[in-house]
Amino acid sequence: MSRPGNRRPECHKINRDLFVLTYGALVAQLCKDYEKDEDVNNYLDKMGYGIGIRLVEDFLARSCVKKCHSYSEIADLIAQVAFKMYLGITPSVTRNESSRNEFSLILDKNPLVEFVEELPAGRSSLCYCNLLCGVIRGALEMIHLTADVTFLQDRLKGDKVTEIGITFLKKLEEKKCRRKK
Amino acid sequence: MTVHNLYLFDRDGVCLHYSEWHRKKQAGIPKEEEYKLMYGMLFSIRSFVSKMSPVDMKDGFLAFQTSRYKLHYYETPTGVKVVMNTDLGVGPIRDVLHHIYSGLYVELVVKNPLCPLGQTVQSELFRSRLDAYVRSLPFFSARAG
Repeated sequence: MSRPGNRRPECHKINRDLFVLTYGALVAQLCKDYEKDEDVNNYLDKMGYGIGIRLVEDFLARSCVKKCHSYSEIADLIAQVAFKMYLGITPSVTRNESSRNEFSLILDKNPLVEFVEELPAGRSSLCYCNLLCGVIRGALEMIHLTADVTFLQDRLKGDKVTEIGITFLKKLEEKKCRRKK
Repeated sequence: MTVHNLYLFDRDGVCLHYSEWHRKKQAGIPKEEEYKLMYGMLFSIRSFVSKMSPVDMKDGFLAFQTSRYKLHYYETPTGVKVVMNTDLGVGPIRDVLHHIYSGLYVELVVKNPLCPLGQTVQSELFRSRLDAYVRSLPFFSARAG
C-alpha cells in the first residue's frame, strides 16, 4: 500500500452524483436484505456509527475547534461546521425550550435525497438518511457524550421539513486504565 | 537538539504506537508496564493541573521538563494523546504534535477502514511516514545531542 508522499489533507472533490447514487444503492440493497423498515433503519444507524467514530477525528484534525462549554455550542458546531464540511449544507439549529439538552437540526436541503421523490410503497417507516443519525451519535460518543439522535420529521414521509433531533444524555466517564484482562 | 522517543495513546490508555530514536537509558521495566506508567502519570497530571490551576484553564497540561529532557504533550477532544520526549533545547511544538495526529494518525490509520481502532497500529506505512517526519524536523539531529 503506497500513497503519494506529499499529499496534504485538503478537500478532495469527487462527483456529487456518484456519492448520492452510492448512498442510494446502499439503502436499496439494505431494503432487499431486510424486510422490516426497523431493521434497515437500525443497520443504517449502525453503519453510520462506524463512520462517525472515525469521521470525528478527521473533523477535529481539519477544523481545529476549541473545547465546547455547552450542548448548545456543540449543536451549533455540528450544524454550521461539520454539516458544511461534509455535506455542503448548513442546517439551522433549534432548541427545545423546556429542556436544556434537546436540540433539533432542521435540514432545508439534503443532498442525499436529491433523486428520491418519495418512499416506496410498503416502506413508510423507512428513515432513508438514518446513516446521518448514526454518524452524529458515533462522533459524539468519541468526545465522551452520549446522545439519542433520530429523525423527528422527514420530508420523504410527507412532513413539511426534515428534522434531526439530538438529545444529549449523560457524559461518559474517562477511564484511567483499561481493566487488566 | 534531538527527539528521544514518542508515544501515541488512545482514549482508553492503549498504547497505539511507540518509537524511539535516541534513548540512552531504558526504564528497566517491561514495555507494557512502561506504557501504563506513562499513561497513568499523564492522566493524573492532567487532572491535577486542571484542579489546581489558579486561573481559568485554556489548553491545560502542555509540557514538563527535567534537567535533562522535556516531555511535550498534546491531546485531542477524542482522547488521543501524543507524547514526545525531546532534549531541553526544543521550544513549544504543539503544531508538530498536531501534525502527527492530523497528518499521520488520522490520514493513515483512522481513515483506513481496514485498520482497527483501539489497538496497536500495525500499519507499516504509518510507522515509516512517522519516522521520516520526525527525522525531518528542524530540531532532530542525527547525532544524539
